Amino acid sequence: MSFLELKDLRIHFPTDDGLVKSVDGLSFTLERGKTLGIVGESGSGKSVTSLGILGLHKGGRARISGEIWLDGEELVGASLEHVRTLRGKKMAMIFQDPLSAMHPFYTVGDQIIEAYRIHNDVSKKVARKHAIDMLGRVGIPQPDRRVDSYPHEFSGGMRQRAMIAMALSCDPELLIADEPTTALDVTVQAQILDLMRDLQRDFNAALIIITHDLGVVAELSDDILVMYGGKCIEYGTSEDIFERPEHPYTWGLLGSMPRLDREPTERLMPIKGSPPSLINVPSGCAFHPRCVFEERTGGRAKAEVPELLETEGGHLVRCHLPRERRRAIWENEIKPNLEAS
Amino acid sequence: MVTYIIRRLIWAVVMLTIVSIATFAIFFLVPRLAGATSESLAARYVGRTASAEQVKIAAEKLGFNDPLVVQYGRFAKGIVAGADYDYGPGVEHCPAPCFGYSFLTRLPVWPDLLNRLPVTISLAIGAAVIWVIAGVATGVLSALKRGSLFDRAAMGVALAGVSLPIFFTGIVSLVVFSYGNPFRITAPGGSFTPFEENPAMWAYNLILPWITLAFLYAAGYARLTRAGMLETMNEDYIRTARAKGLNERAVVVKHGLRGALTPILTIFGLDLGLLLGGAVLTESTYSLPGMGKYAIDAILAQDLPKVMGVTLVAAFFVVFANLIVDLLYAVVDPRVRLG
Repeated sequence: MSFLELKDLRIHFPTDDGLVKSVDGLSFTLERGKTLGIVGESGSGKSVTSLGILGLHKGGRARISGEIWLDGEELVGASLEHVRTLRGKKMAMIFQDPLSAMHPFYTVGDQIIEAYRIHNDVSKKVARKHAIDMLGRVGIPQPDRRVDSYPHEFSGGMRQRAMIAMALSCDPELLIADEPTTALDVTVQAQILDLMRDLQRDFNAALIIITHDLGVVAELSDDILVMYGGKCIEYGTSEDIFERPEHPYTWGLLGSMPRLDREPTERLMPIKGSPPSLINVPSGCAFHPRCVFEERTGGRAKAEVPELLETEGGHLVRCHLPRERRRAIWENEIKPNLEAS
Repeated sequence: MVTYIIRRLIWAVVMLTIVSIATFAIFFLVPRLAGATSESLAARYVGRTASAEQVKIAAEKLGFNDPLVVQYGRFAKGIVAGADYDYGPGVEHCPAPCFGYSFLTRLPVWPDLLNRLPVTISLAIGAAVIWVIAGVATGVLSALKRGSLFDRAAMGVALAGVSLPIFFTGIVSLVVFSYGNPFRITAPGGSFTPFEENPAMWAYNLILPWITLAFLYAAGYARLTRAGMLETMNEDYIRTARAKGLNERAVVVKHGLRGALTPILTIFGLDLGLLLGGAVLTESTYSLPGMGKYAIDAILAQDLPKVMGVTLVAAFFVVFANLIVDLLYAVVDPRVRLG
């Protein structure tokens, strides 16, 4: 069995307006030492998935079904208390905005010490030494002094490094990074991504990177999962997604990604429309109202929910267009446009 | 930090000076603007039977004919350094801080105030302990169980608490727990036993006033805490704390409540400062011989030196409490930079 395996995970939230199907039948596997990138727009269900794995949904309002297997243990049916003991120790998380994700009233060191001492029965002194080690490891200069700084005394990049140090303090086997670079300067983004890649190699953890930025996952991921409307619409290796993507939505994401190797005068090709409502999900393929190629399915896209099918070698696509058709469109209509310079 | 403290201390002194000027102006400048003469002011000091001649002499002796600035200077000097009163046959020294002599009892005001202070401090501190514990605990539970029966009941009671005046809740509590009740909790009104004399009696006599006063404040603190907790428990750092694997209790207390503490502390400092100057309604309702009762009695008797004394002491506590709160800010919220 894989280290992490999700089987038909569904996370629904009952609200006054109706049932919000944030995650609707998601399955994937991930091995130790590997990195999975989950890509999608806001509201596609990618963050809800990660919080679901950690069991962090508030107030028991979420209805979760399906299975989450972590290292041979099933988490969906497990007791809250048991899942709590796994959090931080077995699985840890890095959040988007390190300023609001750290408590403003405690020093960075105290917050790392706290995280470490939850799972390790050691004295404050030992924990402090460990915190200083961790801060040094994530590249914070003079860690023995910075350990006593408050989060607001750090720069954005330093804060995210400290956040990473906190998440890694108990040597977790699964690390989930939810938009880890979105709140950072572009120059700092690259440093943080490098750091995460190096640390993952050292710790041999399984890493899930959640982002809306294909550029981020391009650098790090072994596999990429593209989410739309709470469902996986394309899954494959990094190469599959970047070299031979088959879903029109993935094409749209690639087209709307700014690239340095393109002419600056050229326009980006954004995806028209906005993300679907998760209460009244469009009939058939959730992407059909925004899909340029919708009429080429002969009406099936409106009527029938497409299945996630393997096209070859583990590359999965959820689209009504026949495989040959998709390949032809990619080769003849999309790829030349992306590569034109 | 040190410069900040010094600066705040200087400000506190300036504030107190301004308060003393304002107080002095109210009692000596305003009557003159309204047409009072030196003689009519002096008439209050000499009794009803004095002749016009005696009043004139008294006005001269009391310095009411001097310019107001000189009079204020004498008043301020009395507080800082003490004053000498020439009452005819001899000169009496009134040691600092001298707020003058009562019209009625002819006794100096300051020792009177000192006698009253323990009552008010006992009342205020005891009530504060109760209302902080009860208010904050209720607020936290309400926020965590938002929308539950407990939350609704607690907020309903809290609404009653802030709305009902002390003289109503106080009297109801006296009727229920004291007068003519064989199981009465407290002696009917007016008794105060100093703590150092008999701690059990001290608490016994104060328990009803404490609870009545605390009820009013606890209600406000419960609402404030609830609002603060609802906000902080939605913060990202709470999610982080849970993601670390922290147990829920520590998440709520160490991260949630800690984040909601700043406004509570601010209000607490001001409330306590204000109460130390006299819990007027509570003291009156329970006939407790504290500062508030003293102030009311003095006002009703138009006993000017007493009123001025109690006003200045009350102002001192408010300024002092503000100073403490400002300093505590830096402790509670490290983002506040002092300097």
